[in-house]
Amino acid sequence: MADVIYMDNNATTKVADEVIEEMMPYLREKYGNPSSMHTFGGQVGKKVTQARQQVAALLGCEPDEIIFTSCGTESDNTAIKGTLEMYPNRRKVVTTRVEHPAVLTTCRDLERHGYSISEISVDRKGNLNVDELGFRLDDNTAVVTIMYANNETGVIFPIEQIAELVAERGIVFHTDAVQVAGKIPLNLKNTPVNLLSLSGHKLHAPKGVGVLYVRRGTRMGTFMHGGHQEAGRRGGTENVPGIIALGKACQLALAHLEEESTRVKSLRDKLEKGILQSCPDCFVNGETPNRLPNTTNISFEFIEGESILMMLDQFGICASSGSACTSGSLEPSHVLRAMGVPFTAAHGSIRFSLSRYNTEADVDCVIEKMPSIVNRLRELSPFVKSRT
Amino acid sequence: MWEYTDDVMEQFHHPRNVGKLDDPDGVGEVGSLACGDALTLMFKLDESGRIKDVKFQTFGCASAIASSSVLTEMIKGMTLEEAARVTNKDIVAKLGGLPDQKMHCSVMGQEALEAAIQDYYKRKGGTAPGVKKGNIVCTCFGVTDEEIKKVVHENDLTTVDEVTNYCKAGGGCGGCKERIAELVEEVQGQKTHVVHKEKPVKPANLTNIQKMQLVQQTINEQIRPALRADGGDIDLIDIEGNKVIVAFRGMCARCKMAEYTMRDVVEARLKEFVSDDLYVEELKD
Repeated sequence: MADVIYMDNNATTKVADEVIEEMMPYLREKYGNPSSMHTFGGQVGKKVTQARQQVAALLGCEPDEIIFTSCGTESDNTAIKGTLEMYPNRRKVVTTRVEHPAVLTTCRDLERHGYSISEISVDRKGNLNVDELGFRLDDNTAVVTIMYANNETGVIFPIEQIAELVAERGIVFHTDAVQVAGKIPLNLKNTPVNLLSLSGHKLHAPKGVGVLYVRRGTRMGTFMHGGHQEAGRRGGTENVPGIIALGKACQLALAHLEEESTRVKSLRDKLEKGILQSCPDCFVNGETPNRLPNTTNISFEFIEGESILMMLDQFGICASSGSACTSGSLEPSHVLRAMGVPFTAAHGSIRFSLSRYNTEADVDCVIEKMPSIVNRLRELSPFVKSRT
Repeated sequence: MWEYTDDVMEQFHHPRNVGKLDDPDGVGEVGSLACGDALTLMFKLDESGRIKDVKFQTFGCASAIASSSVLTEMIKGMTLEEAARVTNKDIVAKLGGLPDQKMHCSVMGQEALEAAIQDYYKRKGGTAPGVKKGNIVCTCFGVTDEEIKKVVHENDLTTVDEVTNYCKAGGGCGGCKERIAELVEEVQGQKTHVVHKEKPVKPANLTNIQKMQLVQQTINEQIRPALRADGGDIDLIDIEGNKVIVAFRGMCARCKMAEYTMRDVVEARLKEFVSDDLYVEELKD
């Protein structure tokens, strides 16, 4: 197989070498339990405390507001269901049409259990119709859960404005920030977000570790009964290597934040421009200035996403698609459909998501290969009328 | 990632017989851009009635392209009678297998061939032998009862999920799943593994408040999930006697099939779960 050109960083990321080095001793010799009373375990406990501080530094919050979980999905589930448990008389959740399945399917399940779910729409560019939020909030609303940025299009929602609006009404606000942590600056001290989800493997830590941020004063009970770990809210011996890795990854992310909005962004812009220029009949989904610096989602008319991915795969290029075929379902991306992207274009959508590990050569290679792939598939397509 | 066989990948990367024919003897077109895959297949016969040349164009995933390509190889040199006997199973076998969820790609190939043969007879002013016209069962993907019965019979399918994998029927709003189960039963002559949705006992003599609650509950539980699967939504606006007024939102509001959805999904469900006397009207903004 050819060298890999990895442009699927919104799916998962390479574990940083520094992160692996940091976690390795805690898989080998330093295997103590952080709760133990001996020095051997205590040194591990100290390291976990350090990791908690590193995560807090990236989020701009206090270390005691960090709860380590197993993944972003656990954090999302806990934030929503945990809040509902705290407000048993409120039976409504407000969310959006374009959430990640971790939130979407959780809400759909709650609906089956008698909760009412209100979903805010997005416009054709993928921007949230924030005005809609105002009249969806009522005394029955227990929690508002809105993603910080969309994983498929990279469109960033105005979370600071939304958080203020929700806070004014005295309602709990949760945001799934899995796609933004490490890509844009966060400062939770100044934003009245109550709960926030983060996932390790999206910012160069390994899979199997996540964070639920719980703002001081936000009601959240015990969601995993057991020992006193995580202030008694999530019992169970800590995933020590994962937590240490995540701490290191957050420290690195903070150090590289500026690079994301400069070098990575310029690579993304070059890739996007290059493809749009060399391939006819394609357009960007969610083309707004307020987009994650690493993401571009491009629809290619008349051809199907999975075929494009398989062709890219030949050259070791990794991306993803919103087509129905790639999901195993028969429906294309719910995000693109919520934006009103025609089915046809949704089937032919490709998402490239970069990271600081991508190089100019990666981008040049994709720009070079893309036109011939698109042309070959269009030659096969019955929908391309011969141009004159 | 799908586990495609080497044969599938070979056919995908090097598809045979791509393109169009001048002056073809038969043309078959199936699928659509909206469905996510589509295939146009055309052939020309020689003097002895054998397929001399065949070309295809496919919009779809790797397995759709591979299925079309391998089919054109298979039928070259066949008489139309022989070609008509090619099943989707033959296509799958030739490819060394397809993932379960991709079986519909092989069926699409077979259907395009069938359509092309029918087109040939139509051009001659007749109809193809043994052609049955069906009634649409799955409105989302336009699949008829005859097409469903055919895949069930030829592939020995026993569940609704399998039918969805093979011909997409039931893969959209899911409103036709019970009908598909009936068709499977009809062909297989036995009880299928489908779990029928529990039907609540329709309460007699509802008060107005109870009726409203039950209508809202039915919309929430039975109707909305199906519409949301298509990017749409529905709101209950009002109930006047037996008239239920609703408004479509999102994709549904723009959908050409909305009228159909209204009658066959919304009204049917409300009649089933609340009262036979109900009828539905759409509030247009």
